[in-house]
Amino acid sequence: MLEIKNLHAIVAEKEILKGVDLTVNDGEIHALMGTNGAGKSTLSKVIVGDPSYQVTEGSITFNGADLLSMNTEERANAGIFMSFQQPIEIPGVSMANFLKAAVNAKRKSQGLEPMKASEFLSMMRERRKLVEMDNKLINRSVNEGFSGGERKRNEIFQMAMLEPTFCILDETDSGLDVDALRIVAEGFNKLRKPDTSAIIITHYQRLLDYIKPDFVHVLLDGKIVKTGGPELARQIEDNGFDWIKQSI
Amino acid sequence: MQSEKQYIELYQECREQILKRSCAVMNDVRDEAFNRFKSAGFPSQKVERYKYTDVDKAFNPDYGILFTPLGIQPSRYLFNIKEAPVDASKYYNRIADQNDGVTLLNTMLAHECLMVYVPKNTKVEQPLSVDNWIKGEVPSMMNRRILVVMEEGAEATVIINDHATDPQQFLTTQVVEIFCHDNSRLDLYDIEETTPQMRRFSNVYIQEGRDCNVRHTCITLHNGQTRNTCDVMMQGENAEATLNGCVIGSGTQHTDNNTLIRHSVPNCRSEELYKYVLDGQATGAFAGKILVDKDAQKTSSQETNANLCASPESRMYTQPMLEIYADDVKCAHGATVGVLDEAALFYMRQRGISQEEARMLLKNAFLGQVVDQIAYEPLRTRIAVKVEKRFRGELKKCEECKLCK
Amino acid sequence: MANEFVKKVAEEKYKFGFTTDVHTEIIDKGLNEDVVRLISSKKGEPEWLLDFRLKAFKYWKSQKQPEWGHLKLPEIDYQDISYYADPTKKKDNSQPKEIDPELMKTFDKLGIPLEERMALSGMAVDAVMDSVSVKTTFKEKLAEKNIIFCSISEAVRNYPELVRKHLGSVVPYRDNYFAALNSAVFSDGSFVYIPANTRCPMELSTYFRINARNTGQFERTLIVCEEGGYVSYLEGCTAPMRDENQLHAAIVEIVVMDNAEVKYSTVQNWYPGDEEGKGGVLNLVTKRGLLKGHNSKLSWTQVETGSAITWKYPSCVLQGDDSQAEFYSVAVTNNYQQADTGTKMVHLGKRTKSTIISKGISAGKSENSYRGLVKVGKNADGARNYSSCDSLLLGSLCGAHTFPYMDVNNNTATVEHEATTSKISEDQLLYCNQRGISTEEAVGLIVNGYAKDVINKLPMEFAVEAQKLLSVSLEGAVG
Repeated sequence: MLEIKNLHAIVAEKEILKGVDLTVNDGEIHALMGTNGAGKSTLSKVIVGDPSYQVTEGSITFNGADLLSMNTEERANAGIFMSFQQPIEIPGVSMANFLKAAVNAKRKSQGLEPMKASEFLSMMRERRKLVEMDNKLINRSVNEGFSGGERKRNEIFQMAMLEPTFCILDETDSGLDVDALRIVAEGFNKLRKPDTSAIIITHYQRLLDYIKPDFVHVLLDGKIVKTGGPELARQIEDNGFDWIKQSI
Repeated sequence: MQSEKQYIELYQECREQILKRSCAVMNDVRDEAFNRFKSAGFPSQKVERYKYTDVDKAFNPDYGILFTPLGIQPSRYLFNIKEAPVDASKYYNRIADQNDGVTLLNTMLAHECLMVYVPKNTKVEQPLSVDNWIKGEVPSMMNRRILVVMEEGAEATVIINDHATDPQQFLTTQVVEIFCHDNSRLDLYDIEETTPQMRRFSNVYIQEGRDCNVRHTCITLHNGQTRNTCDVMMQGENAEATLNGCVIGSGTQHTDNNTLIRHSVPNCRSEELYKYVLDGQATGAFAGKILVDKDAQKTSSQETNANLCASPESRMYTQPMLEIYADDVKCAHGATVGVLDEAALFYMRQRGISQEEARMLLKNAFLGQVVDQIAYEPLRTRIAVKVEKRFRGELKKCEECKLCK
Repeated sequence: MANEFVKKVAEEKYKFGFTTDVHTEIIDKGLNEDVVRLISSKKGEPEWLLDFRLKAFKYWKSQKQPEWGHLKLPEIDYQDISYYADPTKKKDNSQPKEIDPELMKTFDKLGIPLEERMALSGMAVDAVMDSVSVKTTFKEKLAEKNIIFCSISEAVRNYPELVRKHLGSVVPYRDNYFAALNSAVFSDGSFVYIPANTRCPMELSTYFRINARNTGQFERTLIVCEEGGYVSYLEGCTAPMRDENQLHAAIVEIVVMDNAEVKYSTVQNWYPGDEEGKGGVLNLVTKRGLLKGHNSKLSWTQVETGSAITWKYPSCVLQGDDSQAEFYSVAVTNNYQQADTGTKMVHLGKRTKSTIISKGISAGKSENSYRGLVKVGKNADGARNYSSCDSLLLGSLCGAHTFPYMDVNNNTATVEHEATTSKISEDQLLYCNQRGISTEEAVGLIVNGYAKDVINKLPMEFAVEAQKLLSVSLEGAVG
């Protein structure tokens, strides 16, 4: 599904990614771990096409297409979704208008007519239940006045609405208490189809207890330095990263 | 340029004709206005309040003057001033600024005046709608005059719609005088949907008594060159005034809103919110002064002007002013000129929303703060739709109203 | 509340109101071309400078005094003022070798010792009385680093090319009425030149004193900071108590090159006039800095407590890309003082950034206005400005006004302005009273807290002085 080759990227003239190789096949879940500033968030931002990051070398293909030649919204409509680490507030833009625009943009890219208002509303109602999202929040502007946990839940709700095939969860577990974490993770699992792939960026094992990764990668100083199975995450939880640094 | 000359000559030529078409209340003050106009002339751009609008240039073309009769169906609350239910001379030309050249011109040339009169303790349920339209094959000028009298305890919503469709050079002057007696409530909307050839000068003067509540919302959806002045005199305690406005500018449109809220007595509140979204080579200007007189203790006033310049050649000039002579007051103003939030744009694009659509949603949301405050629900919905259409480039001219078709 | 306090404002608080009895050579009152030539010849100036003065004079004559400020400027009889007063001249017209001890004593009394061994640590001083610089300290020490710090008259003699290159380059004589007047008749002031990549090792300071009666002071200061240089410059001023208004029309020009930084601080305490509004200095000043170089920095900090009328807008032209400018101001007015002060930030370069923090405090029957312009030119991509202008009113007979102008001609710029007007809350006063602090002291504390953001920007010695000044200027001013 996603193939990253020798990816180098800079932000504000500083090189953050220094040659990342990563292949994610259909239906696979990859966990990405690493110290702060190692480049985890940069990698996710480059995949979704944040204009403030610049790719200097390497390639990313998504289902065979050259991802780097697509703009942010084309990538999104191709099925890539990111749950942001810090979802932004957009005052004045209601959740309903926002999602309607997003859902219809995707339908347009697939050659479909815009969704009927009634159909859209019932879809919202149904999906909202999946993540136990309060109706009051849906009536507000995007993320406006939402708590940290509510914002994360809102990200998964949007994922439910947009039905992506490739998800990036960027520290979705941060700022969530145990119950909220369970609801968000279970929501993700319910939404996931057999061929849905994901990259999960996290510092902790606890999210991976709910969403079982097929592979765990360690990203240090802009490169993937170690890859293993679920047991690697547990080792990191116990021992940190120093032993990996020393072994390189 | 000295545009005054042609209007002085015009008046001298047409005086008899105007007097004949008009009525005593208006004619009584006409010559006085003419004499003042003769000596004062139009304000130049050196006059602080007209810094951003070239009045002389707007008035320079040779306009034919239109004496279109008032098209109103006299009703319970709308009158031709000739048939005023009260002595209109108590009100007519009493609070209009006698030093403003445009107001003076209007007083000397306007031949009819629409009067809105709401009797004591009367609540008018349905909004009173005033539709102005200007049509013609040659460059034309129209001088409109409106007088609003809200008696004690009266309540009403008044909607003034300004339309034009013909791509002809037009100029309108409008002077609105509003008297709100104690404890009355007025919700006034002034909406402009005209053409790039339009030159509009609107001067609104509001006087508020005790316990009044006045809301004035000025919306410029589509225009040519617009100058709106709104002066509020708060003269009774415990009154409230809200001045809101939004402007969408594109092409070479120019919109200049100039407001003054004068607190002369204690315990009044005023709020002001003006928002501009400018595209193309549009220019916007906003100058709002809050003046708090010495005795106006416990005044509370908040003024905000926020602007989005959405294109490289759009220009914004803003000037929020506080002039305060009382010490126990809470006054604040803020002004911003900025760009669309890049982080919000990116978030939306990650959700698959195109750049263009995302920008439109953000601009719409930006003005939403003003539109959402429109109290009369059907109007709020209509304006929200129009604002969105305008951003989509679909609202090129006044298309919905029957009058213009 | 305590209206007695308002009444108590009347007490005289100006402690620099004495006069110095020293022989002063004063030229006859009046202003014409001959006077301009006389000033120039007294200073032994080169031809080009006389030309500059004459052109300025001609322009000034063609102009009218501006009327746009929120001020009631009294009519100034420009023919009733003497344009040159030299307190260093001996009676027999010889140039003295030693500085008159009376002059030394005067500056001592003002807290500005001119003997280097007595001087405040780390500060070089140029002391200017009336039209002439009395002494500049630490000149030799600074010369070791090739830093020039001297009076402008001396600079004209010793570094004519430097002066000629920069004089009038930031504030042309046609800039405004008072700038034209100054350009025609300017007397003394300071000249500072910081060579490339040099950090000035001490604070430079000029102390201005008006002494002689019926004279105007027209000082001119020029600061040039070359690439990578740094200097912090302080300016202080006082004047004796006189019944008539004294005219002060100064110009300060600053040029900042690539990566250089200049900090300019002023504590302005000219005589404000008496409690009836009689006398006082008319302080009509043009100050402007040109941030010519890439990544250059300029910061204006001013504490304005004196003068009957202040008309002053220290400004910045942000020409170099990435240049940064700051304006921090506290303006206090009491009795019948009038201040119309603020700044202009003209953004021309890309990614230029400016910050304006203004705190106005009005008491008595005074009028205090902030007037500012933020202008973003069409090539100033990514320019940013933040302005915050607060006013505090003490008493119900004063006025506090805010007149900001924002002209934005580039759509990638972000300009923000905030302003509030408030008074000291009764709750704050009660809280202080309950803790045993008198109302007057409490007002001093609260006002100082209110002005803290600005005071903190001042160099240490000045900050202490400024804090005291704020309390003194407002003593008894609570309403």
